[in-house]
Amino acid sequence: MTDAKVLPFGDDARRRGSGGGTGARRSRGRERKPGAPAPAQKAESGPQAPLAAVPEDGPGIPAQADGSEPAAAADGPRDEAPAGSGPDASDTSDASGSGPGTSLPAALGAVADRLLGGPWEQKVAAGLSFLRRRVTGDYDVDEFGFDPDLTDQVLLSLLRPMYEGYFRVEVKGIENIPAEGGALVVSNHSGTLPIDALMTQVAVHDHHPAGRHLRLLAADLVFVLPVVNELARKAGHTLACAEDAQLLLERGEVVGVMPEGFKGIGKPFSERYKLQRFGRGGFVATALKTRVPIVPCSVVGAEEIYPMIGNSRTLARILGIPYFPLTPTFPWLGPLGLLPLPTKWTIQFGEPIATDTYPPEAADDPMLVFNLTDQVRETIQHTLYELLVERRSVFF
Amino acid sequence: MGKVVLVTGVARQLSGRFVRRVQREPEVDRVVAVDAVPPEHDLGDAEFVRADIRQPMIGKVLAQHSVDTVVHLDVSGTPLGSGGRAQAKETNVIGTMQLLGACQKAPTVRRLVVKSTTSVYGSAPRDPAVFTETTPVKSLPSGGFAKDAVEVEGYVRGFARRRPDVAVAVLRFANILGPRADTPLAEFFDLPVLPTVFGYDPRLQFVHEDDVNEVLVVASTEARRGTLNSGTFNIAGDGVLLLSQTARRLGRPTVPVLLPAVTWVGRVLRTAGVTDFSSEQIRLLTHGRVVDTRQMRETLGFRAAYTTAETFHDFARTRPAGLLPPARLSAAVDGVADRVRRADPVR
Repeated sequence: MTDAKVLPFGDDARRRGSGGGTGARRSRGRERKPGAPAPAQKAESGPQAPLAAVPEDGPGIPAQADGSEPAAAADGPRDEAPAGSGPDASDTSDASGSGPGTSLPAALGAVADRLLGGPWEQKVAAGLSFLRRRVTGDYDVDEFGFDPDLTDQVLLSLLRPMYEGYFRVEVKGIENIPAEGGALVVSNHSGTLPIDALMTQVAVHDHHPAGRHLRLLAADLVFVLPVVNELARKAGHTLACAEDAQLLLERGEVVGVMPEGFKGIGKPFSERYKLQRFGRGGFVATALKTRVPIVPCSVVGAEEIYPMIGNSRTLARILGIPYFPLTPTFPWLGPLGLLPLPTKWTIQFGEPIATDTYPPEAADDPMLVFNLTDQVRETIQHTLYELLVERRSVFF
Repeated sequence: MGKVVLVTGVARQLSGRFVRRVQREPEVDRVVAVDAVPPEHDLGDAEFVRADIRQPMIGKVLAQHSVDTVVHLDVSGTPLGSGGRAQAKETNVIGTMQLLGACQKAPTVRRLVVKSTTSVYGSAPRDPAVFTETTPVKSLPSGGFAKDAVEVEGYVRGFARRRPDVAVAVLRFANILGPRADTPLAEFFDLPVLPTVFGYDPRLQFVHEDDVNEVLVVASTEARRGTLNSGTFNIAGDGVLLLSQTARRLGRPTVPVLLPAVTWVGRVLRTAGVTDFSSEQIRLLTHGRVVDTRQMRETLGFRAAYTTAETFHDFARTRPAGLLPPARLSAAVDGVADRVRRADPVR
């Protein structure tokens, strides 16, 4: 019953996102305008979603949390900056502090409703129930360390301002990812830091009607670094190796892989949008073994975020990393140089390439694996060229 | 004619419980319990033989009782009583060598079950997230109990080659927990404040003591129809817990410590003899370890009664409350939720 009431918020967030290019701030502004209906909506959904029943309507919470700022309710201070809604946190504490039945809290509630773009007390309730699950350890992680609760409520909402507002990602062909069952999303890789992978994860989760999680395969360097490895595991990423990929695909997950690896992400700016060698085709062999479709994915815009004009091999060797980028701003401007350029992104998912037409032993046929690898590579390269022709400018 | 089961290392709680449990099996006639020290717990109708498996005398015991099933449980991380690490290693490695030598000479032996551990896979950031029985090991354990277990498994493989008529089962147990657990990991969870490695949240898997008992029975008796109980099997409860989750469920605060400091402090404590917290243990608490249990379920035909989370719950239940009991924390959050609701004018 409560799901029916709660789900539209999630739908709304997705529709808003797929409209393409609408900045987070603009969309929030749109919601603010019809200020009057908000309290009415709150009143009617009120009795059906009582606060006390928060643990019961568990399935509803993630759907609701697909909205632009669930974490703002979860813990105000952390999310205030990206959400740009400073007063709401103080509002809620004011409201909880004052006595019941007076008109002042009602007014504050209305203000909070408008600021949060929805019934604020539902968001606060969802946030508190999230907090409750976190402090008692009452949440599930899978064998790879994926924490869907944390990913939905915090990690993705931290990436969303960057996704919607900064890079204004436009997503095409999301319907090429199946609604259920395994699929292998193969993407180009660029941008010095793997931001393109994270943005693709947000794109798949926010735009796909089933809200699927993209399980990325990451380089081993990710799992050596402290903090980074912890966050990567919790966001559902795992080591890029055949064993993990196969296990995930067998479980019917959508797995994302960037076969170019460090060759792609660390290539100089002059070679932008030129696909590098696609590993040894291991991803095709795994897809053939598990008989899942391969979805080619082309990301435009990520190449220009950190234009890498040089590579200090000595520093890279000393630090034990595959490359040390020199961009027009990094490391000359210090931490300011870490700010990526605000390019406009397009992520296009191409037609899936079926692998279930081949017999299972096809994975051991190197010729077929090479051919399929080339086919995927060519598809992505051509789509990249097409998208580049369509693009008006790097930044708009 | 019923079977004669010989169990080693019965002075330990876990083995003692298995001795009592396996007697109830209808196909088991007699149980011979062996250890170098007399057990403090009751062994039921089992016949206790005081013998050190590091001595050749174990061969006489095998012949005398015409044993047909050997359950080798005397492979353990902590030494019994005094003696320290060196003695534990002696018992694990030399004891296994002697026992296997004796088994090879004993024509009556038909079945061998060996307790091992999933720490034989080591624990490294470059390992796959989930180990299967056949995953090649990237970083061999450098020392401690894990290395003993690797060596023990090596000798067992050699034995299986030389005596192909003996059914050999190697059970690799995940961290064993339960109300009576006395493993190094259980000691770690008893600390008032749990030191963790900064920037790492390892995935842990547990197996319940009762499940250990049951799976040992499955492995040491005749295989049921459609199952095979010889080979190497990972034994673990379903699901995974993160170290941070276990700490919150126990209600114990965590203190993140930088990895070099952890290694250093661990070494100092070990040298001082305060704890036997090996570098292997630290690696587990840094990178974690998860094993695949498909073989256990499909080939061995065993289903763990407790999941990892249930095992941990059963363990936490018997431990004193920590500094931050989950019940109190959730009550505090509920209190805030209550105040928010009362402040809401609509309801």
